[in-house]
Amino acid sequence: MQTVAASPSRPPMLATLAAFAALACAAPLAQAADAVKVGLLSTLSGPGAGLGVDIRDGFQLAVKQGGGKLGGLPAEVVVADDQQSPDVARQTADRLIKRDKVDFMTGIVFSNVMLAVGAPTFQSKTFYVSANAGPSQYAGEQCNPYFFSASYQNDNLHEAVGKTVADKGFKRVALLAPNYPAGKDALAGFKRFYKGEIALESYTPLNQLDYGAEIAKMRAAKPDAVYIFLPGGLGINFIKQFVGSGLSKDMTLFGPGFSADEDVIRAVGAPMLGMFNSSLWAHDLDNAANKRFVADFQKEYGRLPTLYAAQGYDAARLIDGAVRDVKGRLDDKAAVRKALEAARFESVRGPFRFNTNHFPIQDYYLRVVTQDAQGRVTNRTLGTVFRNHADAYVGACKMPAA
Amino acid sequence: MTGAGVLVLEQSLNGLQFGLMLFLLAAGLTLVFGIMDMINLAHGSLYMVGAYLVATAAVASDSFWLGLAAGIAGTAVLGMLLEVAVLRRLYQRDHLSQVLGTFAILLMANEGVRMLWGSQPVALNPPAGLAGPVELLPGFLYPAYRLLIIGVGLAVAALLYVLVTRTRIGMRVRAGASNREMARAMGVDVRRLFTAVFGFGAALCALAGGLLGPLLAVQVGMGESILILAFVVIVIGGIGSIRGAFFGALLVGVVDTAGRALIPLAFDHWLGPEAAAGAGPALASILIYLLMAAVLFWKPRGLFPAHG
Repeated sequence: MQTVAASPSRPPMLATLAAFAALACAAPLAQAADAVKVGLLSTLSGPGAGLGVDIRDGFQLAVKQGGGKLGGLPAEVVVADDQQSPDVARQTADRLIKRDKVDFMTGIVFSNVMLAVGAPTFQSKTFYVSANAGPSQYAGEQCNPYFFSASYQNDNLHEAVGKTVADKGFKRVALLAPNYPAGKDALAGFKRFYKGEIALESYTPLNQLDYGAEIAKMRAAKPDAVYIFLPGGLGINFIKQFVGSGLSKDMTLFGPGFSADEDVIRAVGAPMLGMFNSSLWAHDLDNAANKRFVADFQKEYGRLPTLYAAQGYDAARLIDGAVRDVKGRLDDKAAVRKALEAARFESVRGPFRFNTNHFPIQDYYLRVVTQDAQGRVTNRTLGTVFRNHADAYVGACKMPAA
Repeated sequence: MTGAGVLVLEQSLNGLQFGLMLFLLAAGLTLVFGIMDMINLAHGSLYMVGAYLVATAAVASDSFWLGLAAGIAGTAVLGMLLEVAVLRRLYQRDHLSQVLGTFAILLMANEGVRMLWGSQPVALNPPAGLAGPVELLPGFLYPAYRLLIIGVGLAVAALLYVLVTRTRIGMRVRAGASNREMARAMGVDVRRLFTAVFGFGAALCALAGGLLGPLLAVQVGMGESILILAFVVIVIGGIGSIRGAFFGALLVGVVDTAGRALIPLAFDHWLGPEAAAGAGPALASILIYLLMAAVLFWKPRGLFPAHG
């Protein structure tokens, strides 16, 4: 239980801040900043903590590789915990933007948290580079010049599994997702490419950890495949209980990369062998940037990176490239925006470019959990599901010109 | 066996399993509430601390069973220390002071656990032999670990029954629950009895936390959600009554799990999947509170009131 006391001195503080802001706006010409400040607001406690920790570690690895610099400027990364709560996130974001005066924001894992932080961030003309959350709102009608997704659009990984399940010839699928916006987006994305029979569709509360009831329903409905979207601790619990119930012998389990990444594998282990999942990145992708990232990450933290870590790393590299492009003139918002749009960095996932709504056009891969040559249980890339895939909402986005 | 038959059977077992774990928590809570007239919001914290101790000891000893035993013993000692050091001073106060005092303990326990173990959930795995399913009926598989929980829960319930109805200490506990003043007048050392009951309640918490740890997650704040359910159980069962806690817990467990499986199905049938996705889970999660309201309406003292 967490409570955050309201500051009693709020009105005068706000006034002071407003005065500072007015002074800052009055500065006549964009000058090269002497440092770049990044607010990394992420989920670092609770069941979703593993995701936020990986984003943070990936981001900081990129900064460390650059000798503590982003785009040639000394980088200061202010790390804060959103406790997976939209309220806490909004207050903390306020602090990062107004008191710490960060140039970029990044790190949010969950879309409901992202939607709470988006409006005040964009209003203050602070660039948000998402290292995970990619809500459909920001891809479509509410697309914003200050929002860039260095990850994906929420539906994408689910679309890739939907296509895989359809291609592999499964006829009856059971679906399971948490009852919140991204959960519904997920199943909508899956059904965009899978047109077969849905044997069962269940939504569970976001904090539910016991899936006995849902597993009983699956046993009764007898699907031939099961698709789950359960991030972090939720997926760990479900997969353990699914395997414990013996259903894994009769049904093939599919998930987005989130439900079958290294964090989940570490907790569940061998029972996950054979689970298919989709991702925009894999640790065995064959490109120079990725090889360096995976090797350095393992050396630094002693574990394999997840896709969250890869997204955190790419978010830092995207900012790095943009700051270098504008030669440190961070006050010139139009120039920074153009530099971010150009995305001049080598992504660990291979080809990467932004669509007009600032969401990526990229490839999506199919992975399977197997034992590698060293006997580790880990993901192996099987092939490409989509090439240069864009999201379904870009048509609704009327991106304001610079 | 038909699909519907399998569903009902599996859900009944799940309900039984959940109900028995609720019983372990509610038994301690109802004794403390009934005998000492003490509202203890920190009961859920003992459940959390118990789960953490079990997880830590299980990793250290490389055995789930040793970990479980050590965690239970540690939590019982901790519970008794808590009673002697703090809670004893709250018995004479009114319920509001007790709620405030134990709520403070709950907050401190959460932050203390966060400091010691960090804010990420701790992994606790079931013993390897029980990780898979067993075939109960031809074609019906059920997780072995959930069966173990059911077995342990039933054994503890039987043990408690014998302890409360057949032993001298149980007689004192019952005497304390039905009339505290008279029990004291008849020479029962109430102070020691309270400490023992509290330690025993803490041990049951740790047992529940340790057994549920591999199914759920060992994390900060895990005690609060289940504490609310435990309070619902003792209100339904009748405050101070072990029998009430047992049947109340089974009722809540079965109604909750059955509701989660059957209500969305029923809504799906009548209203279509879109409405079912929205309304089904919402109604399922308030079902036990409706049950509690109904019990309070018709039997305000609970199903098995302890005080005559």
